[in-house]
Amino acid sequence: MTQKNWSDRINPAVRSVPPSGIRRFFDLVAETRGVISLGVGEPDFVTPWHIREACIYSLEKGYTMYTSNWGLLELREAVAADLERTYNVKYNPKNEILITVGVSEALDLAMRALLVPGDEVLIPEPSYVSYAPCTTLAGGVPVFMPTSMENNFRISADQVRSAITPRTKVLLLCYPNNPTGAVMEREELAKIAEVAVEHDLIVISDEIYDRLTYVGEHTCLASLPGMQERTVLLNGFSKAYAMTGWRVGYAAGNPDFIGAMTKIHQYSMLCTPITGQMAALEALKNGQPGMRRMVGHYNRRRHLVVQAFRDMGVPCFEPGGAFYAFPQVSVTGLGSEEFAEELLKQEQVALVPGNAFGRSGEGFARVSYAASLDDLSEAFRRMARFVRRCGVRSRIISAPVKISDRQEGICQTI
Amino acid sequence: MDDTTREILELLQENARLTPEEIAVMLDVDAAEVQGIIKELEDKKVILRYIALVNWEKMGEEKVSALIEVRITPQRDVGFDAVAERIYRFPEVRSMRLMSGTYDLAVFLEGSSMKEISNFVSTKLATIEGVVSTTTHFVLKTYKQDGVIMEDGEEDRRLMISP
Repeated sequence: MTQKNWSDRINPAVRSVPPSGIRRFFDLVAETRGVISLGVGEPDFVTPWHIREACIYSLEKGYTMYTSNWGLLELREAVAADLERTYNVKYNPKNEILITVGVSEALDLAMRALLVPGDEVLIPEPSYVSYAPCTTLAGGVPVFMPTSMENNFRISADQVRSAITPRTKVLLLCYPNNPTGAVMEREELAKIAEVAVEHDLIVISDEIYDRLTYVGEHTCLASLPGMQERTVLLNGFSKAYAMTGWRVGYAAGNPDFIGAMTKIHQYSMLCTPITGQMAALEALKNGQPGMRRMVGHYNRRRHLVVQAFRDMGVPCFEPGGAFYAFPQVSVTGLGSEEFAEELLKQEQVALVPGNAFGRSGEGFARVSYAASLDDLSEAFRRMARFVRRCGVRSRIISAPVKISDRQEGICQTI
Repeated sequence: MDDTTREILELLQENARLTPEEIAVMLDVDAAEVQGIIKELEDKKVILRYIALVNWEKMGEEKVSALIEVRITPQRDVGFDAVAERIYRFPEVRSMRLMSGTYDLAVFLEGSSMKEISNFVSTKLATIEGVVSTTTHFVLKTYKQDGVIMEDGEEDRRLMISP
């Protein structure tokens, strides 16, 4: 009997999606012993106990059933109150908020609800790994807008304007950014918002890292003039409350957008698991002090990381948010992947090659500082050794320089 | 107290081995300033000592500890303090607090055997003038001390690489 080639029967749209660039490296890391990983895209904290305990209580009380397709009304009300309190944007919890299985599902729903084949989606690059595949799978065409260290990995209104074609429908933003840690200033966002209004674009704004903003204040895109009606705001509990594995997120937007997304959600997901929703509710009710504590920890480590790269002589832009640094490792003479592989082989430190996040990530690496202080210092000791072997001249280890003294947030190789 | 001082204290309380240089980078302030603040805190006895939290049980060391509830008679002018001092000066007393409620002093003792502790209570502690009564509770197991869970099974279970 001849072996049938079943792969021919796979939907070509799915077949053509390249596997995640992270996957191959993941296998390599799994084979290596004694690895300190700075390649993890989630908090190193376990979900605070009061949230876990509230979830256990909900199970004891028998909360094991479906919820409304939209999610628990109480949770939607809490989300609405939280958004109003924090950003002064008002959403009707009845028809403008949908609880989803993480931002990942919300993003997929938004793409599927909005795009028709051929629609173009503008995506700043480097970008989170699922933006382009989600666009493609929904029939859309991703159009990348490269950002660079010189511009602090921010996009400009001009960049958006020049990328617009008659087929452009959606502008996708993610600030604070994964993988670069970049944040946007309110004025810059406002200019981009004007372009969006001018060209009647819909904006999908992934603000999952909003609470992890260390420089300035986060601007919720929907809070800008004229933006709430044309924005699908995505957020969730994973990063702020250390709840990645619970998979709870939400989408907020005008009733037409959210209604359409809910239609897909009800026939595919039905509802977000009630256990996670119960935990999310507790996070919003009582999780603020714990969240602020965790953010304080990230911020201190952020300073350490930036200083460590300065001392090594590796240029690194100062990230204003999330928990990633994005150093320019090409200063060693190695490409992203080569650097990551050699560092792993020689010094057992894992990070994610920057080109996993698109072509403009080439020459960089994503370093997560969601790791313990001990692990961070040991990892940087090893990394410094490796970088020195590559011939990069390190700074003379000096008294730490005040980070805010620097201009433009770029540290130069000495 | 300013924010920097508070943050320095919080960091050191969490991890006393952090160097002033590390703290300075983390808080984005000058290393000399951190050194100065720490020196001042030490001089003022705000920071009393830097010690290690040891789990002796893991070393197979048999240590016995007990909580003694002590009722005492307060004295004119000094209240509980004079009697208290006579008790806490004993090195056997690991920690001691004045409590509200049905007894006055919560005295934590540490010794190498039950006999040693009961001996201390009956011959030294109970006989001090002003001590009205004692109630001894032996510790069976320590789950958590000074904010640290002794056997914390929550190690890092995250995937090594994730997007």
